[in-house]
Amino acid sequence: MARKVRVSAWPAIVMLTIAAVYLVALLAVERQALIIALLVGGIAIVVAAAWLGLLVNVSASFSDHEDALGGCAIIAALTIAVFFHGNHFVLLLVITALLYSVATLGLNVQFGYAGVLNFAGASFFGIGAYTSAVLNAYTTLPHLLVLLIGGLLAALAGSLLLLPVLRTRGHYAAVVTIAFALLLKTFLEVNDVLGGPQGLQVKGMNILGWSFNDNIKIGSFSMSFYMNYFVVSLLLLVVAFILVRRLERSWIGLNLDALRLDETAASCFGLDIVRWKITAFLIGNFLIGIAGALFGMVGGFVAPNNYTFADSLLLVSILLLGGIGNPWGIIVATIIVVVVPEKLQTIQEYRFLLYALMVIAVLLFRPEGLLPRPVRRYFPGRRP
Amino acid sequence: MTALLEARGLSKHFGGVLALDRLDLAVAQNEILGLIGPNGSGKTTFFNVITGIYSADAGRVTFDSADVTNASGRTIYQAGMSRTFQRSRLSLPLSIFDNIMIGNHKRLKQGLWFNLVKRRDFKRQFEEGYAAARGLVEVFEPALADRLFEPVAGLPMIDRRRIEICRALISSPKLLLLDEPSAGMTHEETAELMNDILLVRARHENLTIIIVEHEMGVIERITNRCVVLNFGRKIAEGPYRTVAADAQVQEAYLGAA
Repeated sequence: MARKVRVSAWPAIVMLTIAAVYLVALLAVERQALIIALLVGGIAIVVAAAWLGLLVNVSASFSDHEDALGGCAIIAALTIAVFFHGNHFVLLLVITALLYSVATLGLNVQFGYAGVLNFAGASFFGIGAYTSAVLNAYTTLPHLLVLLIGGLLAALAGSLLLLPVLRTRGHYAAVVTIAFALLLKTFLEVNDVLGGPQGLQVKGMNILGWSFNDNIKIGSFSMSFYMNYFVVSLLLLVVAFILVRRLERSWIGLNLDALRLDETAASCFGLDIVRWKITAFLIGNFLIGIAGALFGMVGGFVAPNNYTFADSLLLVSILLLGGIGNPWGIIVATIIVVVVPEKLQTIQEYRFLLYALMVIAVLLFRPEGLLPRPVRRYFPGRRP
Repeated sequence: MTALLEARGLSKHFGGVLALDRLDLAVAQNEILGLIGPNGSGKTTFFNVITGIYSADAGRVTFDSADVTNASGRTIYQAGMSRTFQRSRLSLPLSIFDNIMIGNHKRLKQGLWFNLVKRRDFKRQFEEGYAAARGLVEVFEPALADRLFEPVAGLPMIDRRRIEICRALISSPKLLLLDEPSAGMTHEETAELMNDILLVRARHENLTIIIVEHEMGVIERITNRCVVLNFGRKIAEGPYRTVAADAQVQEAYLGAA
């Protein structure tokens, strides 16, 4: 902790490169036996590296050069996308991982920082998607604005829950969010204006006449139309990541931690508990809603059954798996949770079983998640 | 002599138990008042009622010539009262710096725009806070000053007490409430801690202290005056030597002869 010297950025860059190459290999390989071999090999490498103490250097170098390494991570993501520029399936998978990361970052602000457990994550995601469906069909609003409105509407719908969430604590508040998820699903199913159980089509994104649902052709070079969505999703994740990072590394992040850990002590030092719980809940739902709005446009379709309690649990399990409070952990966990079951076609029907096993294993052996949250450093790289 | 804090007829009951029974208590500016009494005599309840954790059933509290009866913890903190807890209530996973800054809440800008966007201004306030926290910690334990970004969880009890006191002092309160600062510590550690508190007090003028303590050596050494509680009622008041000799006080502590 009290290192006086900056660690070099190289260990982390090497690690990122290996991770990117590994991800490309995992996404490219189709044969089930090879995929299983890759997964087992990957786990073995990580465990061995941890055993040999190599990961200590990597994490030190990560925490000292976070901004530069964030840039490297963006380059790695772009490289992966370019490598698969014609592959609809892989690009959709990558976009899903990016947008689920954004949603889980929102959940992280609520649960990881403020301690407000939200089991209706998928519902707020769905509200974003429905917003896109309705606004793209009936209005000519610019689609980037539609994304923003999706976030705002999710936050607004979430504010219906504020009173019960603020009045109850811990598990009781969680039950309230579950009730909300069930109510919303039922409401959507019986409401014909919003398509009922069949759901609605969502028109694809179009920015300044650039239609996102056409494949990109530059001369003889062509790319999947998903490339458009990939770029916007990556941008959204970068913005959300910076927002959540800054939030954590500010007095607001400190307030949220203080009230989560000891509400009574926090209020003895002047913290307005209600104000900060509301702030965290609204910011979280806003992020989830934006991600949902974009996801609706990517998929082209929304229905009540796409956003069920099981999907909310999936978001919560990503948070538990990655490390509550650590945005980097969330991205790693999202990649694992989204990519692995899709590639392992053999286990398709057992995917929820796999999630459950992963979460149980993490809670047992690494209760703080794959990448536990480090102590807050307001300005990484600053020496005392 | 103007009273900084004055409670009149303060009562609080939990079910059938009277924890505070029409208590009248006043602390003068710059005084160090010892609040003593057997276990369960209402000392901590008194702290909890005046800091807004419990609400009083009857009576009034004035602080710094304002009525703060049943005011919220926030209002009372803003008015310049801060406290430590009998059982240390630090946020263990957070760093020393974070814990102390929780106590500095009223000086920190809380706007979203300031915190998320104006990072340069935030950095300036952060550096101010860092310098203040470091300066305060140095008084108590210079070795801790270089470890401000380590989690509190790994620290021994005495360091946790020091940090809790730093958290209460960082906002330069007018009144400091210490709830059994010696709990869980040795005689020597307690003596050291008290010296440090007196040192801080000598630097900041106008710091009034109410201390709840079972360690009578501490009470004798640092207080100007004592109030003795028994079953929520004031049974004696005066300099330590006088109250220690009081027959009622001796009976409360040792039982009837």
